[in-house]
Amino acid sequence: MDPRKPGERLLLQGNEAIVYGALAAGCRFYAGYPITPASEIAELLSVKLPQVNGTFIQMEDEIASMGAIIGASLAGVKSMTATSGPGFSLMQENLGYACIAEVPCVVVNVMRGGPSTGLPTNVAQGDVLMARWGTHGDHPIIVLAVSSVSDCFSITVKAFNLSEKYRVPVILLSDEVVAHTRECITLPQTEQVRVVDRIAPKTPPEWYKPYATNNRGVPDMAIFGDGYHHHVTGLVHDEWGFPTQNPKEIEGFHNRLHDKITKGFPEIMMTKTFDMADADICVITYGCVSRAARMAVKNAREHGVKVGLVQLVTLFPFPRKAIDSALRQCKAAIVSELNMGQMSREVNRVNQYDCRVIKHSRYDGQMITPDEITKQILSCA
Amino acid sequence: MVVEAEVIRQNYLRHNKKFPHVWCPGCGNGIVLGSLLRAIHSLGYDKDDVVVASGIGCSSRMTTYIDFNTLHTTHGRALTFATGVKLAKPRLRVITVMGDGDATAIGGNHFIHAARRNINITAIIVNNSTYGMTGGQYSPTTPYGSRSTTSVYGHVEHDFSISELAITAGASFVARGTVYHAAHLDRMIEQAIVKRGFAVVEVISNCHVQHGRRNKLGGAIQMINTFRDQAVPVAKAKKMSAEEMEGKFTIGVLCDVEKPISTEEYARIRHESCQLPGELHDEDDQDY
Amino acid sequence: MAESTPQESAYRYEICFSGSGGQGIITAAVVMAEAVGTLDGKYVCQTQSYGPEARGGKSKAEVVISNKPIDYPKALHIDLLLAMTQAACDAYFFGIKADGLLVVDKTLVEQLPTSRAIAIPFTHIARHDIGREMVANMVALGAVGFLCGQVILQNLEKALLARVPKGTEEMNREALQAGIEEAQKFNLAELPRSFINDFEEGEL
Repeated sequence: MDPRKPGERLLLQGNEAIVYGALAAGCRFYAGYPITPASEIAELLSVKLPQVNGTFIQMEDEIASMGAIIGASLAGVKSMTATSGPGFSLMQENLGYACIAEVPCVVVNVMRGGPSTGLPTNVAQGDVLMARWGTHGDHPIIVLAVSSVSDCFSITVKAFNLSEKYRVPVILLSDEVVAHTRECITLPQTEQVRVVDRIAPKTPPEWYKPYATNNRGVPDMAIFGDGYHHHVTGLVHDEWGFPTQNPKEIEGFHNRLHDKITKGFPEIMMTKTFDMADADICVITYGCVSRAARMAVKNAREHGVKVGLVQLVTLFPFPRKAIDSALRQCKAAIVSELNMGQMSREVNRVNQYDCRVIKHSRYDGQMITPDEITKQILSCA
Repeated sequence: MVVEAEVIRQNYLRHNKKFPHVWCPGCGNGIVLGSLLRAIHSLGYDKDDVVVASGIGCSSRMTTYIDFNTLHTTHGRALTFATGVKLAKPRLRVITVMGDGDATAIGGNHFIHAARRNINITAIIVNNSTYGMTGGQYSPTTPYGSRSTTSVYGHVEHDFSISELAITAGASFVARGTVYHAAHLDRMIEQAIVKRGFAVVEVISNCHVQHGRRNKLGGAIQMINTFRDQAVPVAKAKKMSAEEMEGKFTIGVLCDVEKPISTEEYARIRHESCQLPGELHDEDDQDY
Repeated sequence: MAESTPQESAYRYEICFSGSGGQGIITAAVVMAEAVGTLDGKYVCQTQSYGPEARGGKSKAEVVISNKPIDYPKALHIDLLLAMTQAACDAYFFGIKADGLLVVDKTLVEQLPTSRAIAIPFTHIARHDIGREMVANMVALGAVGFLCGQVILQNLEKALLARVPKGTEEMNREALQAGIEEAQKFNLAELPRSFINDFEEGEL
């Protein structure tokens, strides 16, 4: 039925590669609501999921979609949804639920121009801080960004793996350009893809504490129907999963929720660097802008400028270590992004050196071109 | 009878964990809880095969106290979580417990779409005509003219009928009961759980603390006795004129139809297009 | 992700397909990308920009071809612009390189902004010679495939046939071949070298 087999060189859109990545990672449930520019993900999954004994459902809105994927995940099936800005806004409520109840799931946000309905068919990166802080209350979350079709496959797999390992929702930020760009990719064989699954409890049900602290900081996860008949709630809860208002338990709960991510920093914080060895200027980017930045760095190198690129794959938890070493090394850091400076503020926040952090924004619905970045680089040289 | 009550108490309540409960003395929620447990007990389901999902509100606290796979979700969203659970693991018996504001105001969209979809889930809606937990504000079922903390001058909007909404939206089974008619409620809930398709039980309940007090409806006993006087069985109501039905409501099975169930239909599609049979939850395909 | 300095110098060739929604502009670009990328084995990026309408409105799809991994996925300086409507021609013409090439549908584009252009009546050919106006995009693809010199024409046909609905293969093959044949009639060397004069070029 499907001519596309692993090992074959395929021309895929970013959105399609996310689907293949999700399926390779073991995703077997999708709930979503149509939205430009993310709909291709739903369309392809509606074809693919039943073929692998999975489930696709189009819900009545994004609130419901988020609820459904949490329900499916609690029933033991890896699940995801995909949307764009307006839908992502609606998902924030239940995204918080996934954080507090520690339910693994992946949310793809294919960014378009905002706020509100904004620019449905144009590119933007305006949802970066929302991905981190969109749902209310202190909460840990992992935010990853993709910049190419091959990223769309591999980072999606990574997103599921991190989500399962740390029992945390993972936001995968794509954008209109990456989503609709077609590039060639060779899909790996199933056995070549490293897949991580949540850890099931080994204790008998009567001893099982659904939110007990252990040395990993991530509690073992029982699933509905497996004999544990436990309680899951969006209220702050004790180790048994029941609501608590005990200040000690509340504090301990928040600490564990954050510590489990802190413990995973080395694995979670992913960056790619390019030509950074001798650089005294760096460009910091993520998502589609990284493509323009690579070309700009190459062009500027031809002008004899020692410039390198730090591409953030993980946006949150903020990859402080990688940024810190770039800032220490360079006299100037240009943060190029398709918003009014959301990440440049984050970079500035951690800047303890003499490095000048330059905000380079574009927010007219168009991509930043390599020439624009080259100009910024040359003006710092 | 006493022995059976003790068996149910021992078997289905989370004794050592979360009692005392949050409900006021005389609240109808306890009666609904009792009916739900008796219905599940008489059906003989394994506790591990039952998932109870609830939203936010007084009645939704029920999931904390009963010993099943329990899911206390966000306000209005119980049916969305339940849909995910049911689709992912069709063999589980999925029941939701919601309040009137929960199911028909903030969760109204999910409610009508769950009915339209005809997914195999049971929805128990405890209708006490107010938002009790937040202090007695008016809800979609607060009667016209009533006083609440947000309609101190008298309510200017009209209430709607949850059961009629469910029927119109396409539910397979709709029944109404009250907390006065507890034995009848046991049967309604039992029938709803057994029913294949989306099944709704609207339970008329009392909030004497928030709703009754402000509208001079009396205490718990008086309010519950009023349900006795206002409730008319479906068969009897058919013989009554509109004038005779004034101020009264029907109880019993209001709708019971057979129609294709989306979970079953999807299982067929999955079966026909599946390239890797038995990969994930084939054992579940026996029962939806 | 550190990469060695490229031994062989990288080249970049950019094709822009433009017209109005419903003309099959994006399909033509995807087939080109499929042929160049999956069959010829070069690096390729295909992007598109679009408005809310599925029919009508300007439609643009770009194909960037290279012998090295492609950094920037969108066209920067177009080597070949295909314009299937006057509006598209007017809108995208200024993105062409000085020595780039403009290819237009003579049936729908009446005013040429440059003499360094090749005008072929794609829609007319599709309507009269093939019998279906719908395949005008494939006639154009044949011409673009030949004129760009970036794709193995057999692979272009293979990619096309893999993508079209069953039962329409023969019609599409004919359309593609008709486009190739029409394009062969032109001698690129006879066209003006550049569509801007030396003075203007100096200013760039």
